[in-house]
Amino acid sequence: MTKRFRKNDGILLLVIGLVLLAGYVVSSFFRGETGAKAVVTVAGEVYGTYPLAQDDEIEIKIDGRAANVLQIKDGKADMIEADCPDKLCVHQKAIERTNETIVCLPHKVVVEIQDAKEADFDSMT
Amino acid sequence: MMKHKTAYLGLFLALALICSYIESLIPFYFGIPGIKLGLTNIVVVWMLYTIGAKEAFLISVLRILIAGFLFGNPFSILYSMCGGICSFLMMLLLRSTKKFKVISVSTIGGIFHNIGQLSAACVVVENLNLVYYAPVLLIAGFITGFLIGIISQEMILRLGKRD
Repeated sequence: MTKRFRKNDGILLLVIGLVLLAGYVVSSFFRGETGAKAVVTVAGEVYGTYPLAQDDEIEIKIDGRAANVLQIKDGKADMIEADCPDKLCVHQKAIERTNETIVCLPHKVVVEIQDAKEADFDSMT
Repeated sequence: MMKHKTAYLGLFLALALICSYIESLIPFYFGIPGIKLGLTNIVVVWMLYTIGAKEAFLISVLRILIAGFLFGNPFSILYSMCGGICSFLMMLLLRSTKKFKVISVSTIGGIFHNIGQLSAACVVVENLNLVYYAPVLLIAGFITGFLIGIISQEMILRLGKRD
């Protein structure tokens, strides 16, 4: 056993495991409720805000072409099309809770769910 | 010093690329992009222990570049590179303490690979909210790093040093 595993390893792995688990539990308290709207940002700039209550299909245009298509259906936001090769954002599941995000890395597109309060704040600024 | 070093390095690079290829064939979606098994890390950890840090680093970087061109895109290269270098440096650091076994080194590597990748993603999309996925990604890194560590440890013990 000593060739494979020492006491140090046990302590280190246990500590890291507990820290990660604690992080997960704590973060799940901040997991938020069902959000009110989807905010789309491209390269850090807000592209548009769309209410989740209203079914919609949004073409996210970058340099004139529809790079991504975001679908809002049954209160959830889902990326249904992307013209990049890996399509990781399309594979990602639909999001509905506040702070959840869908990211399209090649296009620098981020779809983020926010609640109604943040909406008021944003419109004021 | 190892004989036929260049030939061995070529062999390891080929092995790492095959691991990348196999991994690209396995659909491994957990709803969150970025979770991967990290098969190639077996080769990197193995090299780190049996050949040397410089060589392992070289193969790791070359593997990411070539695999990116073959199976990915320029962006996947960027994220893998940040993850790969971050992971390698932490593994090297932990190994140099000589207090821990392969399993710990590999687990740390798995976790820091995801930290590096997530940081790169945050910088590129200029949105810190991606940190939302950090807990799940780090736990995934822990589990995959742990599994890869078990495999690497067995390989190191059974195949030993090549010289």
